[in-house]
Amino acid sequence: MTSPDNLPEVPDAKVPDEAQAPEPVEAPVVRRGMFGVHDSGDTSGFGGLVVRRQPRLSTPRPYGGYFDEIVDALGMDDAIERVVVDRGELTLHVKRERLVEVCQKLRDDPELRFELSLGVSGVHYPHLEGEELHSLIHLCSMTHNRRVRVETSCPDADPHIPSTVGVYPTHDWHEREAYDFFGIVYDGHPALTRIMMPDDWDGHPQRKDYPLGGIPVEYRGATIPSPDHRRSYS
Amino acid sequence: MSTAYDEATEGKVYSVTGGDWDDVVTGVREGDDERLVVNMGPQHPSTHGVLRLVLTLDGETVTEARSVIGYLHTGIEKNMEYRTWTQGTTFVTRMDYLSPIFNETAYCLSVEKLLGIEDRVPDRAQAIRVMMMELNRISSHLVAMGTFGMELGATTPFLFGYRDREMVMDLFEYITGLRMNHAYVRPGGVSVDLPAGAVDKVGELLKEMPKRIKDIRKLLDENPVYLRRTQDVAYLDLTGCMALGITGPILRASGLPWDLRKTQPYCGYENYEFDVAVQKGCDVYSRYLVRMQEMEESLKIIEQALDRIAGPLKGDPVMIEDKKIGWPAQLALGPDGLGNSPDHIAHIMGSSMEALIHHFKLVTEGFRVPAGQAYAPIESPKGELGALVVSDGGTRPYRVHFREPSFNNLQAIPAMSEGGQVADVIAAVASIDPVMGGVDR
Repeated sequence: MTSPDNLPEVPDAKVPDEAQAPEPVEAPVVRRGMFGVHDSGDTSGFGGLVVRRQPRLSTPRPYGGYFDEIVDALGMDDAIERVVVDRGELTLHVKRERLVEVCQKLRDDPELRFELSLGVSGVHYPHLEGEELHSLIHLCSMTHNRRVRVETSCPDADPHIPSTVGVYPTHDWHEREAYDFFGIVYDGHPALTRIMMPDDWDGHPQRKDYPLGGIPVEYRGATIPSPDHRRSYS
Repeated sequence: MSTAYDEATEGKVYSVTGGDWDDVVTGVREGDDERLVVNMGPQHPSTHGVLRLVLTLDGETVTEARSVIGYLHTGIEKNMEYRTWTQGTTFVTRMDYLSPIFNETAYCLSVEKLLGIEDRVPDRAQAIRVMMMELNRISSHLVAMGTFGMELGATTPFLFGYRDREMVMDLFEYITGLRMNHAYVRPGGVSVDLPAGAVDKVGELLKEMPKRIKDIRKLLDENPVYLRRTQDVAYLDLTGCMALGITGPILRASGLPWDLRKTQPYCGYENYEFDVAVQKGCDVYSRYLVRMQEMEESLKIIEQALDRIAGPLKGDPVMIEDKKIGWPAQLALGPDGLGNSPDHIAHIMGSSMEALIHHFKLVTEGFRVPAGQAYAPIESPKGELGALVVSDGGTRPYRVHFREPSFNNLQAIPAMSEGGQVADVIAAVASIDPVMGGVDR
């Protein structure tokens, strides 16, 4: 049970039309062992555990399926940092200064026609230096029955991403939500205010560095540590 | 804040703190500003929970409508980052509490996509999911229609809706052990198989429900008061729906037959025969008709799913074979309504130390999900419900985000109600059918 590859079994047959699995470029070691025990007195049984971080994926052509057609029809390779095909989903990592342009073309080009947006959401990766905050847009083309994910990133020190409300008006509330929870400032949004938390709230709660509260217990001033400081298996 | 500041931003402000009411009225009458700002909610019976609407009125006409949300934000997405993948279902089921099975299914489909086990989820589990989802669609629409009637001044549809919903609730309780917040759908399948007699009970519902739906239709379909309150009210055409990202019954009431069950099938929906309900009116009445027809179509799907469950898929497993993911025990629903398995307990406590360790590890530590991100959309009663799940390869989600249809569709309130009568705001909100638990999460 201490094996690091304690992962669920993998199906034998590969999906034929799926693109070749991207080669792991680098897999930096995040942590060895568990529960912070390192010396020879490790009795946790996890001493041999090596936890690696997910490598940065970048899929080479051909992407498979309709994904090649989308990238060809978009034809803005200079605006796209990398293309990732994973689990049958296409992700375009777009430079933030070109985001609005890319969205506009994705919506209006007759070969693309991503007329429905399913909104914006954020993810915080504190370990990715220079691109800590990610903003994800899920688009759906009803005309061609296709889906694509547009991902943009910005550094924590300069959390600005251009707003796409002008292209997809539905992003109004979604961008407010991402701002509220991650502190991503969407430049050009008509009224970027908090939407879930109270207006005078400090901090952005879904960031990984947001302090969580512990629970005081009535026993000699003890405290149950906050969830991010409890010991865990992951 | 000073009165001067208020007046600069808000116009003439009247602070009424005691005094003679006649003086206040005379004061207001002298002003030339006819604008009146009214806060509707957050505690108001027709706001479907804690929704606050800030309405600017000119007489009876709404000139500006702004919705304020967040009163029911419970941090479900953040909480899930500190629980195992399986425990996540317990959280998501509480989001949109009127359609819990859909929340669970969207989440589980996304986790299964990350695990790469979509093809190995047993067919029986998928058929049960479909049956439960369609039952849930009926119960959700019944609440929508029932509260709808009440908000427009008719109490009978409310009583009918809730009475009929009770049939579905009883069934859910019988199958999952709980009326709401089931956590029934799990990554890899469903938590328990149908208990003995469940197929017959669903059969009874299939016999009774068409009559009940017909009763509601008799009450409302051609009711002149209802028609005048709903026809050409809260108009939102296809262009508006596309711009605002509206999906579900509102979109289908504007003439586009977009239903993910048909266009991008999941859980084996491609094997079921049913029609997509479409109307062209773009108004509240069309949305009502779409929901009514959807309930009738759901009954068709339930019947087909039931045939499969009782026929070719009888006796099949309802959880993935993989012991690293599937819960170690096939729990049976005990008479106390809790899941239990005497055989399994005897096995792990009496004969196999390894089985005990495995049980303990799987339940406390959980399974690992390979790193990556996946988005799984499904057609919930309110529209497209999508679960974006990000994993860093650990035993807990790195980030979970739900694309909640209610959250998105509420953005249409200004488009639907500005320029209309104040009474039509109620109809507009009701036709969106928002559930604030889902909106705020």
